[in-house]
Order: sequence, then structure tokens, then C-alpha cells
Amino acid sequence: MNVFRFMWHNHEQVLELTLEHLWLVGVSTFFAVLIGLPLGIVITRRPRLNKLILGGANIIQTIPSLALFGFLLPVPWLGQRADRLAILALTVYALLPIIRNTYTGIRGADPAVVEAGLGMGLTDSQLLLQVQLPLALSVILSGVRVALVISVGLATIAAAIGAGGLGEFIFRGLAMVDDRVILAGAIPAAILALAADFGVGWLEKRLQPR
Amino acid sequence: MHSNPTRPVIEFRDVYYCVDGVQVLLGLNLQVQSGETLVLLGRSGSGKTTTLKLINCLLSPTAGEVLVNGAPTAEADVIQLRRSIGWVIQEVGLFPHFTVERNIALVPTITGWPAARIRARVEELLCLVGLSPDLATRYPHQLSGGQRQRVGVARALAADPEVLLMDEPFGALDPLTRDELQREFLSLQKTLRKTVVFVTHDLREALRLGTRIALMEAGRLVTVLTPLEFLRSADPWVAAYVRVFANSLESAENRGVE
Repeated sequence: MNVFRFMWHNHEQVLELTLEHLWLVGVSTFFAVLIGLPLGIVITRRPRLNKLILGGANIIQTIPSLALFGFLLPVPWLGQRADRLAILALTVYALLPIIRNTYTGIRGADPAVVEAGLGMGLTDSQLLLQVQLPLALSVILSGVRVALVISVGLATIAAAIGAGGLGEFIFRGLAMVDDRVILAGAIPAAILALAADFGVGWLEKRLQPR
Repeated sequence: MHSNPTRPVIEFRDVYYCVDGVQVLLGLNLQVQSGETLVLLGRSGSGKTTTLKLINCLLSPTAGEVLVNGAPTAEADVIQLRRSIGWVIQEVGLFPHFTVERNIALVPTITGWPAARIRARVEELLCLVGLSPDLATRYPHQLSGGQRQRVGVARALAADPEVLLMDEPFGALDPLTRDELQREFLSLQKTLRKTVVFVTHDLREALRLGTRIALMEAGRLVTVLTPLEFLRSADPWVAAYVRVFANSLESAENRGVE
């Protein structure tokens, strides 16, 4: 197999780009959880903000990724380094599934359980931390899983603005009209996506409330 | 926390409750005395559950006031009030991710009892509601319906509240288990003497458990009677209930079911 021989010959670069890719995806998903989880919680408490926040995340999702990367290029501090920019773009893309699943996970808790908790005198934060979040955990994780898989795919496009990652191979291969080079980027990216999907899926099952 | 004998533990003063333009309660006046089991009897939508939720502030009255131990609930610390009132519902509402032990220990835990006292209390309560201490480490989904409801009662009793609110607690159980739990409720009540407000639509349950029965219809209190008075009452609404009840016994007899 030509592709694998090519990858073996360039294994150092494959490894380097894979790590870069992981960095972009990991950091952006981390930020997306950091922002999305509280936003998701907020809209279960303040239904008025629901449309604004979910709608906003929805609109971001509809912007073509290449266009978003391009739009952000002239932004002062961000545009200076391609990876900052890529991380920001990936973060905002990952927000929607995380916000939405946090919201539906919390709202989906058995109303009898929530009412029992309230009726026995749990405060709102006790209800959230001891009941609603633990029960919503697997739904929230499935949002993180979707976000991760989307990010692994989107991060390949970040190479177009020079942010590195496995997209480098893909764009280079396209320019050289060389399938081997394209696949040297695409195959590890696919493996990363599958691994993220499987890994978080496993975690989700482990943490499923009984 | 014990009230003096002349003052009702719970009092409704001309309470109205309406939601989305629908009048659920229309001028409810009701007093619940210390140590009695007041049964709220009525059809679905008659306002029984609303009445119950007004007591522990899960709902607030549109007009009028609800007093617990002489203090209007509108001015009370809602969280403290709820922790001092036991609450049992039909769906039980046990936390599925908590063990039986943690479920029962909920209120003692959030009010900061020492661990040793909580453990002793849980054991005592399991025994009180007729459950084996071995069940303490189980999860709710590993229990039968009757066991779950027993845990629900134990959880409500955990912090030894003076008042117990029960919303059709035995409604979802099979008749034999229900009978068993009703019997246990009566024997518990004999020793604990809690002030209980008990919601049901089942006259048989009301007659069996209640010291007084408050009949509700379309958001109004029809009358409050002892079980014996209830069976003899000439009030048309009460008579209708008693007639249906008698008919069901009779028809079952005719068909040879009971």
C-alpha cells in the first residue's frame, strides 16, 4: 500500500501534524465546554434568554467554516497567529451541541424527581449540582461527543489559514494532485474522529444514571 | 416547634389560586389541627394537589394567605419551611442516582447532621417503614414499587417533621401492596402523631386513613366531615360519593368479584 509507505516514510511529520490537530481540537472543545455548559445552565434558569443564546449558536453554525476563518483573519490580536484564530472558530462551532444538550439534559430530568427535590427544600444550586447535572451528564457528554467529532473534521480546514494540523497534508495533496498525501492527512483525521466518538461514547455509557 | 393546641398547624384563609386565567382554588378556608390526618378528597382537577403545594410553597396563593404554625408562608423562609415539612408524592420522586440510604438521608444531609447520626437515623427509618437494612446500598431501580414508596415515606420522615404532606402516595400501587402500606401508615400514625394532609380520590382510602375528610369540588371546599359523618351526610356531593362507593361494592358482589 502506497499510502501507508508514504505515511511510514513521513511518520515524524504525520505524528507532528496529528498532535497539532489534537491540540486544536482539544483546546477548542475545552473552551466550548467552559462557555457552553454555563450558558446551557443559564437558559434552563432564564427561559427568556433561551431564544437568544440557542439562536445565536445556531446562526454561528450556519456560517461556512472557510468563510469564518477568513472573516477572523483581519482581527488584530487573533489574526496574528493562525492557531489562535482556528481555536476561536472551532470553539464557537462546538458551542451549539454543548449548549443544546446541556439544556435538554437538564430539562429532560424526571419532573417528579425535580419536584420532590424542591418540595424537600433543596436550594436551586443544590438541585442543580446534586440532581439535575448528574442526571443530565450522559446527555451533556453526548453533546461533547458531537462537538468533538465535528471539530476533528473542521480542524482540517484550519490548515487553509496556516494553523497546521492534518489539513496540511490534505491541502498539500490537493495542490500536488497526489492521493497518497491527501490520505496521509485524511486517514489519521478519520481515526481521531472515530476514537473521540468511541471514547466519549464509552464514558457516556459508564456514567449513565440508573 | 410544637404549636399550642388551640392554634391550627395549617390554616387557609380565603385562598384563591389561579394560573393562566384558570381559577383552580376559589376562596378556600380550611384548618388542620395538630396530630390529625386530614384527607383532601375530590376528583382530578378539583384543586387537591394545588392545596397541598400551597402549604410547602411549591405554589403561592393568588389571593388570601396560608399559615403554617401561625406564620404566613408568604413571609417564611421557603427553604427552611420545606425542610420542616415531609413531602411524599405518588411518583415517589426518589433520586435515581442516589442509593436508598442517600435518598433517605437527603434532608439531614443538607441540613448538616453529623454522619454518625445520619447513619443511625437511616437505619431506624428503614426499620420503621418495614424495610431490611440490607436495602440501604441499593438503587431505587432495584426496588419494587411498594419498597420505593416506603423509601419515599422514610425520606419524608427523616428530619422528623411535624407536618407530613402526602399526594396520592399509594395511588400507583397494586391493591395488596396499597392495603399493606395503608395499614402501616395507620400504625405509624398511632405512634408518630404527625399532622398529615393526605390527598386521594379514593373514598375507601379516605375513610380508612382520615380523621377528617375534606371534600373538594371544582376549586371549592364542599364540606369537612369525620368518616362516620361522611357516610351519613345528606349533602348531595357527599351522598354522590358514597353512592358510587356503595355501587362499586354492590356490582362487584353481583359479579362475584369480591
